[in-house]
Amino acid sequence: MDTTYIFLQHYWWFLVSLLGALFVFLMFVQGGQTLIYTLGKSEDEKTLIINTLGRKWEFTFTTLVTFGGAFFASFPLFYSTSFGGAYWVWMAILLCFVVQAVAYEYRTKANNFLGKKTYEIFLLINGFGATVLVGTAVGTLFTGANFSVNFSNLTNLGGNLTISEWHHPFNGLEAVWENPLNITLGLAVFFLARILGALYIINSVDNDNILQRTQKRLLYDVVPFLVFFLTFVICLLLKTGVLYDAGGNCKPEEYKYLKNFLQMPAILVTFLVGVVCVLWGTGKTVFSKPVYSKGIWFAGTGTVLTVLALLLTAGYNNTAYYPSNVDINSSLTIVNSSSSKFTLTAMSIVSIAIVFVLAYIFYFWRVMNRKKMTVEEIKSESHTY
Amino acid sequence: MLNQMLLSSVVEWSRLQFALTAIFHWFFVPLTLGLSFIIAIMETIYVKTGNEFWKKVVKFWMTIFGINFAIGVATGLILEFEFGLNWSNYSWFVGDIFGAPLAIEGIFAFFMESTFIAIMFFGWNKIGRKTHLTASWLTAFGANISALWILVANGWMQNPVGMKFNPATARNEMFNFWDVLFNPSAIAKFLHTITSAYVLSAIVVVGVSCWFLLKGREKIFAKKSIIVASVFGLLSSAALIITGDTSANNIATTQPMKLAAMEGLYKGKEGAGLSVIGLLTPGKEAGDKRDAFVFNIEIPKLLSIMGYRKVNAFVPGVEDLINGGFQYTDSEGKTVAALSVEEKIRRGKEAIASLAKYQKAKKEGDNIAAEGAESDLMKNMKYYGYGYLNSPSSVIPNVPLCYYSFRIMVGLGFLFILVFILTLWVAMKPAGPMPKWILRLSILSVPLVYIASQAGWIVAEMGRQPWTIQDLLPTVAAVSRIDASSVMITFFLFFVLFSILLIAELKILFGQIKKGPGIASNNQPSK
Repeated sequence: MDTTYIFLQHYWWFLVSLLGALFVFLMFVQGGQTLIYTLGKSEDEKTLIINTLGRKWEFTFTTLVTFGGAFFASFPLFYSTSFGGAYWVWMAILLCFVVQAVAYEYRTKANNFLGKKTYEIFLLINGFGATVLVGTAVGTLFTGANFSVNFSNLTNLGGNLTISEWHHPFNGLEAVWENPLNITLGLAVFFLARILGALYIINSVDNDNILQRTQKRLLYDVVPFLVFFLTFVICLLLKTGVLYDAGGNCKPEEYKYLKNFLQMPAILVTFLVGVVCVLWGTGKTVFSKPVYSKGIWFAGTGTVLTVLALLLTAGYNNTAYYPSNVDINSSLTIVNSSSSKFTLTAMSIVSIAIVFVLAYIFYFWRVMNRKKMTVEEIKSESHTY
Repeated sequence: MLNQMLLSSVVEWSRLQFALTAIFHWFFVPLTLGLSFIIAIMETIYVKTGNEFWKKVVKFWMTIFGINFAIGVATGLILEFEFGLNWSNYSWFVGDIFGAPLAIEGIFAFFMESTFIAIMFFGWNKIGRKTHLTASWLTAFGANISALWILVANGWMQNPVGMKFNPATARNEMFNFWDVLFNPSAIAKFLHTITSAYVLSAIVVVGVSCWFLLKGREKIFAKKSIIVASVFGLLSSAALIITGDTSANNIATTQPMKLAAMEGLYKGKEGAGLSVIGLLTPGKEAGDKRDAFVFNIEIPKLLSIMGYRKVNAFVPGVEDLINGGFQYTDSEGKTVAALSVEEKIRRGKEAIASLAKYQKAKKEGDNIAAEGAESDLMKNMKYYGYGYLNSPSSVIPNVPLCYYSFRIMVGLGFLFILVFILTLWVAMKPAGPMPKWILRLSILSVPLVYIASQAGWIVAEMGRQPWTIQDLLPTVAAVSRIDASSVMITFFLFFVLFSILLIAELKILFGQIKKGPGIASNNQPSK
């Protein structure tokens, strides 16, 4: 066994998981979009909320694109199998994002063709659709999907040449109803995004009416989030996963994810710290008077840690991170789906720059958010959403 | 048979969908690439002079930039994921090489762009002038670096280097990152594409400014914008000609069929001329006795010079490339006789059969047989992709489309140089009437520059058909196994959605332009 190669595969699964975790955190923008009408009662308030969120939409978008690129580069067989097979679910997710990109920029512009309301509906589609669908799609990393992989197809002249094949006519959409755990995670992500959106608005807006309303509203999202999240976690811990051996053979293993947490205590601690941070950040904001405005930092950090731990447990400890429900030996693992050692090494050198990238993003984020946003500021700006 | 027909249908719809997304994407990206630099230059003047006039100029062009940027991001997202969605085999077969530039693009360029664009738009009152200026320059660099990486990936598809085939994983694997990054095709593609984007952006700024002059509005703003943009455009045009020549030289060695299609050259010749303008014989096919052209005006010897840097070099035509037999210098510098496509197909099928034998032997644990099969495979690996083809004629791209697109691109490119010179003269003129025909020509150049830009991509991408990766993987072997109907539905979905968004974008743009920068015509910049 080439230990360097194994290390690189684990390192890249960590990076992809980190990008995934940051993406879930940044979906506070999507969650916030679903609250526009609930929290903004006047046109000014609505505009204030949209502008607060709008200044961050690109980060979510960029993280999604980078997540896709990093996954392609490090685990191309997943890219090939999941995107090429679960066509409809990924297309639906992408369409939800396409409409978001233009909605902010075009909403208040003169001659915008579709009208302000349409662009707000686009934001709602993105807010509801993207969060639920992303969560559902991520759920299949634990529950599996209907695909098979056969490299000899490449030599099948005159027949099916495609290596990865999908075995369900709905091409991925079946994830929504085939295993309730997927949609449970989808709804957990949706309510989490709304909580994070609310916390971000509280942190960034200087408007008492909006703050009071947002604080009251939070509890309505916290309760369903806890129900769906705990259901998902309990089911996951009791679930059978797919284990692979040194020869690459896969077999089912009972309580695989529970065992993973117990056998990798650092990941368990990360998960628990993450959950506590989310609960602390949210709980303190719900119950404190005057409204506590720093909850997003705790809940955001907690979200990153929790999602990171969940994704790590999906791929580490000889676990197939994308089990096949059709042919267990087709299940994708970080070993059988990764790029070559050379490519992972080259990209690992490049990845050192991620620290620098995160540092300047953090610095400028702080600079831009130093002062809370007000209706007056929006009115004085030349570029608004 | 039915299987092949269904597959072909998926291939066609997948190609159409990818082309549609790429075309829409390329409506918006070039303006982002060039306008970001023009804005940065204008803002530099503002910071240097401290004159508020320039700040208003910058803010006006930034609004145009922002409207255009959002939709470019949206279409780009789809494009990235379509590599997996529609080209599943491709994603595995070359993902080891192709994925890396995409990941680096995200990590370096997209984050740089998205961080600093927010500062550029919303940081005027939050940070100092110089920091804001730095953010504007970094936005421009971020956008252009993102173009670098995706064009490195595209250049690699046109001329795959720095990798070797691994039969154990049934894919190509990178062994030299620098070969991929400094691939001559990638460098030429990057430089040619970004300089074309700069020309496009300069024409948009010049055209919009001329509209103001024609309407008698915002004269100072318009003239100052023209001066910056036309100088930028002229410099970019000079670079565009040089990079175009380098591209042609590259294509001659790496994609001779594309060059032949671009020139409508069916029968090769020594000292070949470059067709300036011509009318191809309708329905002409390789091997028939008809002349390639109804009429053709050419510059003698120029194609040989451009392609091979020799006055009397032999430039193979479509039929030579199909039938082989002509002498050429291979990548190792040896003069060899070219193989016919029929022979390449035969060798390619042998390579695929060897891979099948290798996979079977490995499964059975027969390492000796596997080694033998691998050795056979490597002998014919160069022709591997041809094994998926059934007919020599399938390597011929759409000749008329390539020929006319190339002429549209080059012809309009030279027209734009004239536009820059004329408008620069108009803008520098101290007083007196401005010739309206120049202003009108400049406005007309705006749609023309988009046509030229799209035509360039049509030459590049249609000219390399049937390959997704030159000589390695044809589209028929790269496609995902999904229903053609699914791709058809998403194609129309995208078509409708993108069209609506394009209309919205144009209406908003026109609205913003009509509104103008709001600078009174007597508000002259201080000297």
